[in-house]
Amino acid sequence: MRLPVNRSLFIPFIVAGDPSADLTVDLALALQDAGADVLELGVPYSDPLADGPTIQRAAARALAGQMTLPKAIQLVADMRKKGVKIPIIIFTYYNPVLQLGEESFFALAQENGADGVLIPDLPFEESGPLLELSERFGLPLISLVAPTSKQRIEQIASAAQGFLYCVSSLGVTGVRETLPESLGHFLGEVKRHSRVPVVVGFGISTPEQVAMLKDACDGVVVGSALVQKIEQLLERLQTLEEKNAAIAEFASYARSLAAPLREPCSSR
Amino acid sequence: MEHVPNEHGRFGDFGGKFVPETLMLPLEEIETELDKALADESFRQEYIRILQHYSGRPTPLTFAPNLTRQLGGAKIYLKREDLNHTGAHKINNAIGQALLAKRMGKKKLIAETGAGQHGVAAATVAAHFGMECIVFMGEEDMKRQELNVFRMKLLGAEVVPVLSGNRTLKDATNEAIRYWVAHCDDHFYMIGSVVGPHPYPKMVREFQRVIGDEAKEQFLAGEGTLPDVIVACVGGGSNAIGMFYPFLQDDVRLVGVEAAGKGIDTPHHAATIAKGTKGVIHGAMTYLLQDEYGQIIEPYSISAGLDYPGVGPEHAYLASIGRVRYESVTDEEAVAAFQLLAQTEGIIPAIESAHAVAKAVELARQMTPDETVLICLSGRGDKDVQMMMHHLGVKEGEDVASAR
Repeated sequence: MRLPVNRSLFIPFIVAGDPSADLTVDLALALQDAGADVLELGVPYSDPLADGPTIQRAAARALAGQMTLPKAIQLVADMRKKGVKIPIIIFTYYNPVLQLGEESFFALAQENGADGVLIPDLPFEESGPLLELSERFGLPLISLVAPTSKQRIEQIASAAQGFLYCVSSLGVTGVRETLPESLGHFLGEVKRHSRVPVVVGFGISTPEQVAMLKDACDGVVVGSALVQKIEQLLERLQTLEEKNAAIAEFASYARSLAAPLREPCSSR
Repeated sequence: MEHVPNEHGRFGDFGGKFVPETLMLPLEEIETELDKALADESFRQEYIRILQHYSGRPTPLTFAPNLTRQLGGAKIYLKREDLNHTGAHKINNAIGQALLAKRMGKKKLIAETGAGQHGVAAATVAAHFGMECIVFMGEEDMKRQELNVFRMKLLGAEVVPVLSGNRTLKDATNEAIRYWVAHCDDHFYMIGSVVGPHPYPKMVREFQRVIGDEAKEQFLAGEGTLPDVIVACVGGGSNAIGMFYPFLQDDVRLVGVEAAGKGIDTPHHAATIAKGTKGVIHGAMTYLLQDEYGQIIEPYSISAGLDYPGVGPEHAYLASIGRVRYESVTDEEAVAAFQLLAQTEGIIPAIESAHAVAKAVELARQMTPDETVLICLSGRGDKDVQMMMHHLGVKEGEDVASAR
């Protein structure tokens, strides 16, 4: 996976098929235009254990529109055709991968132009067979570390591929008003052990939070805040005359979240 | 048979820990403390003491003479888990896990519940040990089991309605796990069945095996031999594992009974082993009801306690090696067995346990009077009486026996 160097990464997350397959492609393009460096494409799942209500609702909308894991992966090819060039990570729970077949999953992801995969309910200990496939297909399996990882950080960080995803605080995905004070220390600890960029996600929803985190990590993941924005724009996105304006509003919201990362470096 | 689970929490291909990274450390802490506790004689004694003096163990082994006579086949015995405090086997596990929580210095319990039996057990031990308790329950189940909701509140627990999915046990479990992810620093998650990530299936088995250990001793003392067949119902499967586990090495036929709902060839059932495929649910590799894309399918059963789309990984393993035979019983067969046991023996079983009774009746008929069948009567039917009234369409003043 080719990541920009000397630049804080802005990594938005959206759910494939929310509110429709076509709109997901449009929203991906909008995010690229807004300065996204990597796109996390979420695959809707019936029982998303790591997700809060916002992403649960998005998944339910996408599933109601018959979105599936294979269709979500095929959306990557559509995005490429429409000009999305940034790396795309397939974010999916493990069970759909098992049903598709682990090898078929990697083959399909590679064929359709995805750049990596992230499985939030597959911890290091259970990831053996997938790591092998990830290497064979050249698609990094992105690892997560959490505030509870403690002595596990070194092991996970030293084996991390692509980038390393730090979970900001205890809990599931979703907008948080405050982030824990210990976050800076945690990120420092992770950075000490990691050879790949360290990004932080879960709960990041305002430009102020992004600004605060900018110097402590190599990038931020923003999910629920963007999905919430899509939820607010649902009707307009699906109305022919309003669609373009709604997409523009979404892009400008994404740009406002990325903006603090683009300001000149404060002294490090 | 190999020793299961292994150090990775695997029962053959099944089990394991498929959870978000945040939960790996809490699971490891529970595993370490559980192993210490199980090796600690004083922990064991305390557990047994509370079972005896608080829950009323040992529960009796009851011969069912009238049912036996009526069927004209094998002799039928009942292991009376219905006589436990709070009315079901669930309390065995709740006491064990509360003791472990106490040992770990945790004073706040999280539980999920379907029919409300585990929720009531959790709320009960929380009151007994002076702990806080938060119970997640699907909104639909809260409607179906209003009495148990009040019972939990009476015991001092907070009951949180779950609005996601079909608003039943699966969704309550999702929400309990999500809450645990956010509060794992000071809360203990008390799972109610032999499901979930390692070490839960093992832990719940260890706290439920008292059923089988007692039954074995009582049966040997009374009959001088072991039963020919043992039957237990399986939702997640904790009463069944508790009963079966001490008999796994013996020459005893073990039969697990899943809920066939309106029939396993309809979409409305909870027969996970019969109709499910391998996959991951609630942190464990097991059989589950899912579509071809790996989305979990909502199960159905008249019994809220069997209405679960997965099954304990140890059951998946025992099915895969052929040690336990898993069969299924429909709503209607269970309802008939519910009435039959009430009328022949004066014992109203939980609708869950009535599934085991139905299968045992069928098996006993085909056996000879010198053979024996042992049923795990996992709970009592008080909680189901109201539902059964509606189901049987009994009108005021009407004779119950003539209904339907």
